[in-house]
Amino acid sequence: MEFNRLTIHELQKKLRDGSLTSVEITESVYRRIASVEEKVHSYITLMEESAIWQAREADRRIKEGKAGELTGIPIALKDILCTEGVRTTCGSRILENFIPPYDATVVSKLKDAGAVLVGKTNMDEFAMGSSTETSWFGITKNPWDLERIPGGSSGGSAAAVAADECIASLGTDTGGSIRQPAALCGVVGMKPTYGRVSRFGMVAFASSLDQIGPVTKDVEDCAIMMNVISGHDINESTSVPAEVPDYTKFISRDIRGWTVGIPGEYFIEGIDPEIKAAADETIKILEGLGAKCLEISLPHTEYCVAVYYIIAPSEASSNLARYDGVRYGFRTRDGENLLDMYKKTRSSGFGAEVKRRIMLGTHSLSSGYYDAYYKKASQVRALIRDDFDKAFKKCDVILTPTTPAPAFRIGEKLDDPLQMYLFDIFTLSTNLAGIPGISVPCGYTKSGLPIGVQFMANHFEEGKLLQIASAYEKNSTIERRRPNL
Amino acid sequence: MEYEPVIGLEVHAQLLTKTKIFCGCSTRFGEAPNSNTCPVCLGMPGVLPVLNKKVVEYAMKMAIATHCRVNGTSTWARKNYFYPDLPKGYQITQFAHPIAEAGYVDVEIDGAKKRIGITRIHMEEDAGKSIHDESSPSSYVDLNRAGVPLIEIVSEPDMRNTDEAVHYLRRLHEILVYLEICDGNMEEGSFRCDANVSLRPKGQLKLGTRSELKNMNSFRNVQHALEYEIQRQRAILEKGGRVVQETRLWDVPQGVTHSMRGKEEAHDYRYFPEPDLVPVVISDTWKEEIENTLPELPMEKRERFVEQYGIPSYDAGVLTASRDLADYYEETARLCGKPKTASNWVMGDFLAYLNEEKLEITESPVTPQRLVDLIDMIEDGTISGKIAKEVFEDMWESGKNPREIVEKRGLVQITDTAELEKIVEEVLEANQKQLEQYRSGKNQLFGFFVGQTMKATRGKANPKIVNELLEKKLSIL
Repeated sequence: MEFNRLTIHELQKKLRDGSLTSVEITESVYRRIASVEEKVHSYITLMEESAIWQAREADRRIKEGKAGELTGIPIALKDILCTEGVRTTCGSRILENFIPPYDATVVSKLKDAGAVLVGKTNMDEFAMGSSTETSWFGITKNPWDLERIPGGSSGGSAAAVAADECIASLGTDTGGSIRQPAALCGVVGMKPTYGRVSRFGMVAFASSLDQIGPVTKDVEDCAIMMNVISGHDINESTSVPAEVPDYTKFISRDIRGWTVGIPGEYFIEGIDPEIKAAADETIKILEGLGAKCLEISLPHTEYCVAVYYIIAPSEASSNLARYDGVRYGFRTRDGENLLDMYKKTRSSGFGAEVKRRIMLGTHSLSSGYYDAYYKKASQVRALIRDDFDKAFKKCDVILTPTTPAPAFRIGEKLDDPLQMYLFDIFTLSTNLAGIPGISVPCGYTKSGLPIGVQFMANHFEEGKLLQIASAYEKNSTIERRRPNL
Repeated sequence: MEYEPVIGLEVHAQLLTKTKIFCGCSTRFGEAPNSNTCPVCLGMPGVLPVLNKKVVEYAMKMAIATHCRVNGTSTWARKNYFYPDLPKGYQITQFAHPIAEAGYVDVEIDGAKKRIGITRIHMEEDAGKSIHDESSPSSYVDLNRAGVPLIEIVSEPDMRNTDEAVHYLRRLHEILVYLEICDGNMEEGSFRCDANVSLRPKGQLKLGTRSELKNMNSFRNVQHALEYEIQRQRAILEKGGRVVQETRLWDVPQGVTHSMRGKEEAHDYRYFPEPDLVPVVISDTWKEEIENTLPELPMEKRERFVEQYGIPSYDAGVLTASRDLADYYEETARLCGKPKTASNWVMGDFLAYLNEEKLEITESPVTPQRLVDLIDMIEDGTISGKIAKEVFEDMWESGKNPREIVEKRGLVQITDTAELEKIVEEVLEANQKQLEQYRSGKNQLFGFFVGQTMKATRGKANPKIVNELLEKKLSIL
């Protein structure tokens, strides 16, 4: 049987009542990988040997009645998350052979919860991209249409869940990198509040924007994953010591009387009509559930892309300075002196998009430009945050499309960075404001490509997102489909 | 034209915390290369800094001791540059909002006080060490020091000559060591100093073009480098030339400064707020707690010593050079009740022996109580001051108490007038020739007879009685 098609909560029941073993589930996942991975290419590294061992261990613990929240469930990890003893490439040549001597905090948490770790998923190099095309390890394809991109940068994590090559996965989201591929691949993806999940062990892209979050088959699984990965970490100064609620409690609660904010700035000209129609349909269903929709304004929305593409590359230019060939990772063989070694290592170790962003960021931080770029961007970022603060005084959650269009064709935007950047236009704002966001499937285009709808809530209100997303999921009229691979 | 030098100093002090500023690695000096390291201080991918609270407390101590305003909120920044001993490619430091600002240190030069302003104090991490081997094509990197906490203390350009600069530097050094937050070792680099030097025509307010001096690893080097640099700039200006803004290295063997890099080659450090750390928030309660732990500082101690013990300010200066020495003196003065006598002994024989054997105060074989026992024996006439020096030497070597030594070696002072009279008579008898000379007017021979008497008693004779006896005898004769 294809156990790999099931959700975490479905598998939990079967594991606990003894009708299924983790080894059986894990084997079904690797059978699926064997049959579709060549087409999809979700993974950079597979961890089959240790996964089978973890599955056996899980079965033993279940028998002893010591099962944790994810015991025996095969989970995939974006290859930006450090795994002790398993190479962590970040999709880059410069870390091609980097084997961390430590686990990211989220990886430790998954292990402690009993998860079976399937492998490391493909991604845009250093999470810089919206299509998973900039990976040094090849392109991941959208399981719904192999000629299209799966989104990015967590394209491998989203594709693996959509193609049933794992039960759930972790991605990271700096400007939409979880929600956008989740939308394009027809799965659920959440970016938690900045500070909710520890970033320790996540290879940094833009430290003030990065968050780790789950990619799952449904909203309930997202809640289960959030329960495991959330919480304060003494190794991470920006993780917040706030109490973590049991997120599964928010599943199946009604949303009667809620106010859903609809920001005019997100329903702009140029948005794909099928996407807009799907969002409108979602609004109708929510109204049917007793929610009230309210038009709101987020007046600084138009500056999000500009602000993001100053702040993120600035931080990245500094975060990526450590890849100098001195201590670990790729080093050129023909450096004539120190400066030459630096230049050649970094020139051939990084891909074009990463280099573009390092240059953008270095420029924005340069003496004489700092005030006009980085400082100004930080000021506007505060205004964007204010927009949301004001909006959440009037509404419980905000609804927008996740992406302006469905998945585009491979190569279509690769030579036009600005078009690529604009594809994240609806997801950047939550990262800038530090608030949580979730993307939930809300239909298909006529040609059969998935569409996602995004909900945003105030800081640390992931519960509200799960509540409305699950209410919508359970009452939406769209049929559940699977990609035909 | 007469030129006036303007000097400002930047001091980096390594803090004596047990662990590094952003990870749990040891800060111990002299370990095998790269042994005190972990993924955090090695700058591996994905790792994050966590602030060591002790660093903030130590920085606060220095801030309070130098009368700075401690900021309730201070922030971290990244200083970006590439170098193999800088693992992350940036140094975490404080830039826009340092922990402390606007303080001062008072220095005293030839009895005149001068106030040197402190612009700011900020916390930061140290880099590692690059080791270049001339005979090998490779360089080596030791990251044990990477992440060791530093404070940087930036002065105002308030100093007008090298003397003021060196005095200011010594005061800072003394305070840091007194606070026990820095070991002050300049050669090992735990106390480092860079200087900004410029000259301007006397009376002009506008500052001249400055050069920044580096690589001065002793007070003497600072003095010499500054003197050299002032002369160099003066020579340029007097010839009508212009001083170039640049960084210059002090060349110790040559005794000159060399240009290291000019203004055009100056780094653009691209400072920006460090997103991995939250701001440092210091409550009034925390600040007060730290304030209450502060010891009496050298300047205050000095003034108190003069007032309380009635000793000269020179003595007070010597005795407060370190906290341990001051404590030793105070204990001695308290036990003996004669502060000036105590000061003479501590500053004299005690310090001489200590320095001779390069011992710490705490390692001294002579405790304050023993020293006071010795002083008491002089005061009550048991031994003479001269014998006391001999006894002190014995105490130092044997660790025994002075009474035991005096008894065992029969060094008790002879105060019996009858006994001494006999000895004096014998001395006069044995030195007829000198006696005759004395009689014929050579008065200075009086000392000779005193010496001979002391020699005859192996120094044990009470000199006062000897003097009296000789005066009597010689005037009769």
